Amino acid sequence: MATKITIDPITRIEGHMKIEATVDGGTVKDAQCAGTLFRGFEIILRGRDPRDAQRITQRVCGVCPAVHCTASTLNLDSAFDIADKIPDNGRILRNIVLGSNYLQSHILHFYHLTALDYVDVAAVAAYNGSDPELKSLKGFISRGELAPFIPRYEGDYRFDKSTNQELSKHYLTALEMRRLAHEMLTLFGGKMPHNAAVVPGGITEHPTVDKIAGFLWRLNKLRDFIDNTYIPDVIAVAKAYPEYFKIGAGPGNFLCYGAFDLDGTNKNYATRKRLFSQGAVEDMRNYKALDPSKITESVKHSWYDGEDSVHPSNNKTLPNARKADGYSWIRSPRYEGKVYEVGPLARWVVSYFAGQPQVKASLDTCIKTLGVELKDLNSVLGRHAARALDSKLVADSMAEWILELKPGEPVCTAYEIPDESDGMGIVDGPRGALGHWIKIKDKKIERYQLVVPTTWNGSPKDEKNQPGPMEQSLMDTAVKDTKNPYELVRIVRSFDPCLACSVHTISIKGAKLGAMRVV
Amino acid sequence: MCAKVVEYPAIWIAGAACSGCSISLLNAINPSIQNVLLDPVLPGKHVSLKFHATVMAGQGEPVIKVLKATAKEKPNEYILIIDGSIPTGEDGLYCRLGEIDGKEVTMAEMTKELSKDALAVLAVGTCAAFGGIPSGLPNPTVAKPVAEFFKEQGISKPLINIPGCPPHPDWMVGTVAHILINGLPSTEELDEKLRPKAFFGKLIHDNCPRRAYFDAGQFAKHPSDPGCLYEIGCKGPYTYADCPTRHWNNGVNWCIGSGAQCIGCVEPDFIDKYAPMFEKIDEEGLEKFKIKTR
Repeated sequence: MATKITIDPITRIEGHMKIEATVDGGTVKDAQCAGTLFRGFEIILRGRDPRDAQRITQRVCGVCPAVHCTASTLNLDSAFDIADKIPDNGRILRNIVLGSNYLQSHILHFYHLTALDYVDVAAVAAYNGSDPELKSLKGFISRGELAPFIPRYEGDYRFDKSTNQELSKHYLTALEMRRLAHEMLTLFGGKMPHNAAVVPGGITEHPTVDKIAGFLWRLNKLRDFIDNTYIPDVIAVAKAYPEYFKIGAGPGNFLCYGAFDLDGTNKNYATRKRLFSQGAVEDMRNYKALDPSKITESVKHSWYDGEDSVHPSNNKTLPNARKADGYSWIRSPRYEGKVYEVGPLARWVVSYFAGQPQVKASLDTCIKTLGVELKDLNSVLGRHAARALDSKLVADSMAEWILELKPGEPVCTAYEIPDESDGMGIVDGPRGALGHWIKIKDKKIERYQLVVPTTWNGSPKDEKNQPGPMEQSLMDTAVKDTKNPYELVRIVRSFDPCLACSVHTISIKGAKLGAMRVV
Repeated sequence: MCAKVVEYPAIWIAGAACSGCSISLLNAINPSIQNVLLDPVLPGKHVSLKFHATVMAGQGEPVIKVLKATAKEKPNEYILIIDGSIPTGEDGLYCRLGEIDGKEVTMAEMTKELSKDALAVLAVGTCAAFGGIPSGLPNPTVAKPVAEFFKEQGISKPLINIPGCPPHPDWMVGTVAHILINGLPSTEELDEKLRPKAFFGKLIHDNCPRRAYFDAGQFAKHPSDPGCLYEIGCKGPYTYADCPTRHWNNGVNWCIGSGAQCIGCVEPDFIDKYAPMFEKIDEEGLEKFKIKTR
């Protein structure tokens, strides 16, 4: 008899989420991802001053505000017709703001949102060394108040005692590292979360030599941590849990909007030169250039009224919480009508097939080191590996960009808000492809639409009944113990879901199965 | 290995939020977040964070049970921390926290249940304190701040508002330290908006390093210009917080320090009455707040 597993809430992600999986004969036969919060940002934005979109959309997500500020300012730059006029200082500092948050987001994700699925912190109870942080953690454990590390799923912790202790130490060090990454951003962004300085036209903060030096020395610590701790730890998890290269495969189609503008003179975001390439890769082999007109959204199984397969620039947000076919507040974005995964893995696969030389060299080395094939990266471990490579390339690139700044030269350009205009801002954030679309009328926002990374990855079935990437990745997974379905949360967390951004779901009650509400 | 430590249980739940308040708390310096989670924050006193969806190891029904068990086993001992506003439209269905016994629990229901036996409630962030962005016009989910929700539900509990989008980590850790050292703040220690005066007692404008430009009538005309940012929308003359002296992220910068205007994110009028963010505030407001231009 089929067993239905409900995991609600999924924790250690950004936001409110639930998954339901039907397990029969030991494997997942059906899966539904659902978010459980709806705020209605697109509705709140209507009628406001277009410039306020930069401040308001950042507040969609406190983990990844920097990419919303990037996408919204690109969107406004294009609507104000200044996309090709951003001064180099402004362009570079925006890259620095976005890149710093890539580092904080990826480190936070691997250590604080993911590691507890693989690392047994309880091993520190037997710690006998002299590290002050581990002694502090041991003291905490000895007092017996183990929240928030207990309760948890038991049963699949594979590292030996000393490795668990070492990785626990890295969990604590990583808290310091992600904080430093926020400091790097704040030097030029004013504050974090939710920076103040990035604006249409460029940025308000000026590069000065003390800030540049302060940035570089913080970045040095981060680069050392990424090279000597983060990447080796991802390899350690890969060696201890090797079957996770075969678990959690998504649709195999990857989409990337590119990220980090290297040349600001091309108005077209789909073709301008970026560190990561724009494009789509189908079946892990066929690269095609990005065509934003091929992006559509469907609402067949979402709690919205409206048509299916509509381009975001024409879409409306018409919530209908009682829609009969709906099971999710997320819409279903599709590219050429097909299901695409986004995120660091997608970014690396797209840039790899687009021939980005740094990505190609780095990814080839990674595959060799891990002893796997390219296709194996379409997996739980492939996503973690791509995120680590992403951190390294972005950190190394920032060390060069920061020295390209020219103190004393302009950071921002002037503009006028047009009476009527359309805009589009597309860029990859830590979690993948993010698009903002605006329609301005009478100098006010008439329509604002966001299609965010977890909307792609966490989308429900569309009008052709194609399940979203995360739903596909859960299918056919073997679940050893339905009371401790750690396989499923490992898969979901490998996507680094950001629910506040995207998954705004109210779920329906499923079919009457032998409902076993575990965990 | 250490002397007797008293555990102070705390529960953190999030409604219509963005996780920014939690991420900001991770930026605490002294004590660091490691200290806050693991160590006695003050000698002999440890805050035991029983529930926090972003950091906790567990998931699913067991963690919802922890929520309920803490309330049952530690009545009038635990501090309830709420970030995000509370959506009340569609019977609260816009925000659900999890499931127990096959039933989904909404943020509104959980707030009601957990506040009943809490020692005190901290509304962290502007969404919880004053409604914030989710309750911005037209407030599609009928999202409410904690104080208003309590009033409607007839709940009477000591409530402290720690607004900010997000709040500075010092404001959050400092308020908890206050409770551990001196007990709950007295009414004199809070302003009329229930904010600790220690952090929200002074006008940004009065301590702004660009104040001299305002007094001299030297105004920036464009973002990134030198001068006072008043003409391009700075809400510092309306906003009470210690940002100009405390600074953000280990003191490296702050909004006005980076050349950007204050958007008044700690105030109840954020985001509707303080909009547009890049436009000058009206002169009536200046009068109301007794701000004199030269």
